[in-house]
Amino acid sequence: MADIHSVIGTKNKKGQTYTDTWKMMNEAPRTPSFYTGSEVIKEALRRASCDVMIAYPITPQSEAAALIGELFAEGYIGDYFRGESEFAVMSQCAGAAFGGARVFTTTAGPGTMRAMENFPMWSGARLPIQMIVTCRGINSPLSIQPDTLEIAYLLNTGMLVWHAETAQDFFDWILKGYMVSEEPDVHLPLALCCDGFFVTHTKDVVNLTPADMCLPPYDPYRSPVPCMDMECPPVRMMRDPFVMKSNYISYATHASWQQEIWAAVERSRKHSIHWLNGLIDTENTDAEIMIVASGTAVSQGREAIRLLEDEGVRCGLVKVKTLRPWPEEEIREATKNAKHIFVPEFNVTGWLAKEIKATVPNHERVHAGPHVCGGMTMPPEIIVSEIKTALGMKTFSLAGRGS
Amino acid sequence: MSKERIQISEDLYDIMPSDYQDLVKSATYGKEDRGWKDIGTSKELIEQHSLCAGCPESMAFRYILASLPNPEDTVMVGSTGCTSLVFPMVAVHNIHSLFGNQNAIASGLKRALSVRFPGRVKDVVVLAGDGATVDIGLDMTLQAWFRQEKFTTICFDNELYANTGGQESGLMQKGFVAKMAPVGKLFDKVRLPEIARESGCHYVVNCTVSKPSLVEKVIRNAVHIAREIGPTYLQLYTPCILEIGKNSMEGLQEMRDSEKPTERFAYKEYVSEPAKQLLAELAAKDKERKAAAKQLAGQASA
Ligand SMILES: Cc1ncc(C[n+]2csc(CCOP(=O)(O)OP(=O)(O)O)c2C)c(N)n1
Ligand code: SF4
Ligand SMILES: [Mg+2]
Repeated sequence: MADIHSVIGTKNKKGQTYTDTWKMMNEAPRTPSFYTGSEVIKEALRRASCDVMIAYPITPQSEAAALIGELFAEGYIGDYFRGESEFAVMSQCAGAAFGGARVFTTTAGPGTMRAMENFPMWSGARLPIQMIVTCRGINSPLSIQPDTLEIAYLLNTGMLVWHAETAQDFFDWILKGYMVSEEPDVHLPLALCCDGFFVTHTKDVVNLTPADMCLPPYDPYRSPVPCMDMECPPVRMMRDPFVMKSNYISYATHASWQQEIWAAVERSRKHSIHWLNGLIDTENTDAEIMIVASGTAVSQGREAIRLLEDEGVRCGLVKVKTLRPWPEEEIREATKNAKHIFVPEFNVTGWLAKEIKATVPNHERVHAGPHVCGGMTMPPEIIVSEIKTALGMKTFSLAGRGS
Repeated sequence: MSKERIQISEDLYDIMPSDYQDLVKSATYGKEDRGWKDIGTSKELIEQHSLCAGCPESMAFRYILASLPNPEDTVMVGSTGCTSLVFPMVAVHNIHSLFGNQNAIASGLKRALSVRFPGRVKDVVVLAGDGATVDIGLDMTLQAWFRQEKFTTICFDNELYANTGGQESGLMQKGFVAKMAPVGKLFDKVRLPEIARESGCHYVVNCTVSKPSLVEKVIRNAVHIAREIGPTYLQLYTPCILEIGKNSMEGLQEMRDSEKPTERFAYKEYVSEPAKQLLAELAAKDKERKAAAKQLAGQASA
């Protein structure tokens, strides 16, 4: 059984050097490159020492999933194929992870929903699979447009859920994500979400690590549960299968197993803080008005802050990077001076605002909005308008109401 | 082989459960000609289970586990159903994840093992009920075959959903009155063995588990062909005696009655051309090995 540390400094079959991840991410030189989000996913995967990637087409992740196929053809990925549906793909990912592989997949919108039964199973089985979710609408009539509603469904699966703002986040977090997920005291799947199209289909300058460096390989024997490869004893897992027992021991077993999953989510906190430099980023936390957002709503919030500054209104920002683990303390601390907390979101229900209301004291400070959904963009002006309206300031009115 | 992987540290020997000690002492991992005849003289790879008394699934499990050609490097994949009551007691690694996704799990698993252990044998064997294989999981059953995934699919066909209390399944006989088929099942038993052949399986057998020697033969063939060539499928009748109103002693007779030449579980087999060739090669090697052993024994006694 290969020890990860003994591999560092050696080369893989593509001539890349297995590199200490901290050094690779924080010390190695970076090359600015102008890429789409999909291309950035490919570039991250090139460096991820990934064993198995399983793909299924759905906009807006199809391009990324196909580009990773090219990486496989070039020999960077151990195995790659197109599954028959997202439900099957996520089970195929589970099978590969049970067999000790580092696994990657991508999906979006209806694909996430189709596969949903797998996600609590992944975390229950402690499989550190990484799934990119390039969010899109899940409503009927059919929509392929950006909309983050699907993230709400992932929050209670026991997966780690991170929400990237930019392609740079994506590049870094794909690689760092494996480091957090694969810690033995975590060993949970990661849903790495972004807002489809806005991140996947736009070009941005992204600073890439050297292409001849890659992550150390996954060591499946640093796991809290045995890897299913018959390289370790086939222990008898239980005296009685708990599924059929209606007794206290059975309930207690299931209950403690669930608690352990959520304890592992909690334990991921310290690793996520280490790798992501905190679960949130903040600006102007002394301001009386704060915007708290995740994903591309953060970028729009930043722009709104600039516009408000021009009008003499000072406003701060919290960028929520990890939704699970949830940065409860951090958000409370960052918003403690705020009289108003605005939560702009790309979905109709406002799931992030609900989380924040449940987190901060005096939650009447939380304004759930503005919301856009169904693929609409969120011009910073509507955030500005929402804030000014709440403050009783004069603002432009949206067309169409005749007011 | 690799009993070294299950050795017990001397200091901990006395606190290990006796069934584990027995595995180390006398299980047949790595025995080249292991088979059903080892039952009774060796430690079986299955412990006490909570199936109904006399359920033919338990016989099937015992014969299959005795016959796997390479249990020390075999990983099994199960599904939800009565079989999931047994798998926690099975001494080869096995995966339960969801209901019906077994062939998808096995596809990912087999590929991961091939990536991680190039040039080494790691067999994957799926074992699931008829509901799992034919109804809720049919898509994944067939797609794994279309893709020529190299593992064996075994279906314990008890012609109904036993674990949820005897509901209609696709493999149930037409006309059978069951829960959710209140006026009798309206369509024919799905012809999965034929579908398996058309879907690319290289070895397909439809039979009962009344004869251990037959189970041994088909399991060995199915695993070897899957390892070398492509997907294989075994549909084994394991009647749910509880739901068809039989006593615990009557399972064997039920199987014998249903395997008569005109009955639905009369032995049926399909072997593809490449698989035939492989089986011939294996038989020739086996013959050679036996002859050599005989010669060696002759020399020893001379
Ligand atoms: C998604 C899902 N749907 C339904 C069930 C309920 N369920 C559990 S076992 C089972 C029937 C199993 O039937 P079969 O595969 O024939 O196995 P048997 O119990 O007959 O051996 C069903 C419907 C489930 N566990 N998961
Ligand atoms: S319910 Fe039927 S199939 Fe399940 S254990 Fe009992 S007899 Fe066997
Ligand atoms: Mg059944």
